[in-house]
Order: sequence, then C-alpha cells, then structure tokens
Amino acid sequence: MIIKILGSGCANCVNLERVTRKAVADLGINAEIEKVTDYGAIAAYGIMSTPGLVVDEEVVLAGRVPTAAKVRELLESLTC
Amino acid sequence: MSLAERLHPTTPTRRWVGLGAAALGWLALYEVNAPLWDWVVYDVFGLAPASRLGSGVHFFLEDSIKIAMLLVGVIFAVTVLRSFMSVERTRALLGGKREGAGNVMAAGLGVVTPFCSCSAVPAFIGFVAAGVPLGVTLSFLVASPLVNEVAIGLLFGLFGIGPTLLYVGAGLVIAIVAGFVLGRLRLERWVEPFVFETRLGGQVIDPAAGLSWEDRIQMGVEEVGLILRKIWPYLLVGIALGAAIHGWAPQDFFTRYAGAGNPFAVLIAVLIGIPLYSNAAGIMPLVQALHDKGLPMGTLLAFMMAVVALSLPELILLRRVLKPPLIATFVAITGAGIIAVGYLFNAVLA
Repeated sequence: MIIKILGSGCANCVNLERVTRKAVADLGINAEIEKVTDYGAIAAYGIMSTPGLVVDEEVVLAGRVPTAAKVRELLESLTC
Repeated sequence: MSLAERLHPTTPTRRWVGLGAAALGWLALYEVNAPLWDWVVYDVFGLAPASRLGSGVHFFLEDSIKIAMLLVGVIFAVTVLRSFMSVERTRALLGGKREGAGNVMAAGLGVVTPFCSCSAVPAFIGFVAAGVPLGVTLSFLVASPLVNEVAIGLLFGLFGIGPTLLYVGAGLVIAIVAGFVLGRLRLERWVEPFVFETRLGGQVIDPAAGLSWEDRIQMGVEEVGLILRKIWPYLLVGIALGAAIHGWAPQDFFTRYAGAGNPFAVLIAVLIGIPLYSNAAGIMPLVQALHDKGLPMGTLLAFMMAVVALSLPELILLRRVLKPPLIATFVAITGAGIIAVGYLFNAVLA
C-alpha cells in the first residue's frame, strides 16, 4: 500500500502525517508513506484544500485533519 | 482525555442541552466581566479609575477576558456554520459564471467558505484550471482574508453593529472591484504557465459531505483550540500595547498626528499596515484603544484591513503561481481600495 500525504508543509500536513503514521503502526500494515509537496502535483489530484490523503492513487480525504482512529478506520476498509 | 472527548454527548438531546448550557454560561460570564474588574481593580486594589495605572490595568484585564471570550464564541459558531460549505462547493457554484456577477458571488463565497491561507495555492490552481476566470478567482482570494470572521466577531463585540456592517460591506466592495479590475486588465500572461497546464484528475472529494452534527461540533471545538494556540501571542502583545496607549499616551498625541485634521492619515495607516504582520485578534485591541483616543473609524478600519488582507507570508505563497508584476498589481489595487474606503468612511462618519 502506498500512502501519500499532499500538502506544502503547513501545520495541518505535519499533523496528518503524524496521525497517519500512528494509524499505520497501530494496524501493523505494510505501507509506504510519501509526502507530495509540489503544488502542480497536488492540484492534479483534484484537491483544493490541503492537507490531502491519497491511498494507492485514490484521494480518500481532503481539507481537514482527521483523528488517528478515523484514519485507521479508512485504511482498514481499504485493506480488506 | 481531550476536551472534545469529555464534551462528547451520548444522545442528541444531551448534545443540544449541553450546547445551550454552554451558551448561557458564556453569556453570564460575558456580562459579569466588566463589573468584576471594576470591583477588583478599583475597590480591592484601590486604584483610581482616572489614574494611568488604574485605567491601563483595567483595560488589560477586562479586554483580555472579553476578547478571549468573543473569540471562543465566534470561532466556534463560525466553524460549525462553515462546515456546510467547502472550497469544492464554492468552485462548483462559480463554474461557468462570467465576470461581474461572478465577482460578486466569489466575494460573498469568500466570506462564508472555510479557507486557510495555506490552501491559497492549490485553491488558486483548482479554480483557474477548472475555468473560473482569473478576476473572479482573485475576488475570492481578496475577500477571504479581508472579511475575516474573527474581525467581524470582535468588531461587533467592541464597537456594535454599525462599524461591523460598514466593515463587511466595504470588504465585499473592495474584493468585487479589485477582482473585476484585475480581470479586465487581462493579466493571464503573469500567471505561472503550469497553472493552465495542470490537468485536474482524480475524484473531487468534498470535505463538507457526510458530516454529522457531532463531527461539526467537534470541528468547532478543535478550531477554537487551534486558533487560540496560534494567535495568543499576537493577542497579548496587542492588548498590552492597547493598554499602554490607553493609560499612558497623552490624550491629543494621536489626534494631533493621525486625526481627522491630517489628510494623509489614512494613506499612512495603510502603508504601515501592509507590511505589518499580525491578525485581526492582535490588531483589534489596538484599534479599540486608538478609537478611545479619538482617531476616526475610517482610518482605523483601513489600518486593520491593510494588516489582515495583505500579508507578506501569503504573498510569498502566491508567488508560486503569480509572477511579481501580477502580485504588485494585486497589492496596489487592493491597497488603493482600502485607502478609498478609509477616506470615504471618515467623510461619511465625520
């Protein structure tokens, strides 16, 4: 599973990366976490409010920082 | 356990009762704030209300609590209401709109759409690449920081409904006119080319979709914490400066240099305000203290608008998508609008 965090490095993006890493660790899944900071690349995913969360090239969340529990729920529903 | 979790209601009835109780408690506290500090500063500590120390200390204590309370109430209410809107919905509404009507809509939507200046660049690309005209996009980008919910709440709490409506109306007009003029100037050549080449792919995710009341209330509580954590240093500096002016500056000091008699006052206030980086919460105590010292409202509103609408960090962000001549034009036209509004208010209100 490849997880991408979209955002230019603002506080929200750092928070999203933190909760995502926590969710991945909690689930014990094998995931690669990448950061996408290039504005053109971010916009190409169709999102306009950062931060965004992309799992296997599909945007699953944009515009707000969810709780780690919510990310875990999302990842769980995508893995099985 | 976080505050949000402790406030977690178990049933809808409990949630509304809890919210109602919080609102009543807020109102009661707000009402006792001024009499409480009258009693503490003047009666308990025996400072004279007319003395510099007495009035300065009273101003600091009363204002800190009052502004903090206004901020909590306003940010919570605005976040919950705004959770029904999103930049994605705004773009859908603006799609296919022409200049003119599009500018008016974009300015109005700029006020009600939840928007963080850190998203200014992806939003700009998203709008322009989806075919929203450049001028209409810029109306949105001017209105969003200029007509600021925190400023609206504080103005209303400190000065009443009149100045608040003037501020909102003036902000909208500036955003509409600035966007319209910039659109007419056909400045597309000064937009970084990659913006027009961006292909919008993927599925549009609407952050406002599928939220329960529970989510919205929790977002409100989180936003209050987030914003207060971010702005409290500005707020304290602003209130301390306000208190110092209130207690120590000679009565005619500011009116002599920046009062109604000086025709350059608005111009100078705006030129000082543009590079000054603060936010509405940090500026408002200063505005209040200067107003008490007799400065005209138009000059003060122009100063505040210049501080919140044009900030260096946001301009640096926009540099990623706009070339320097367009940024300069953007600052010049918005600044000119703010100056015009300042003079107009001084003339009308005098």
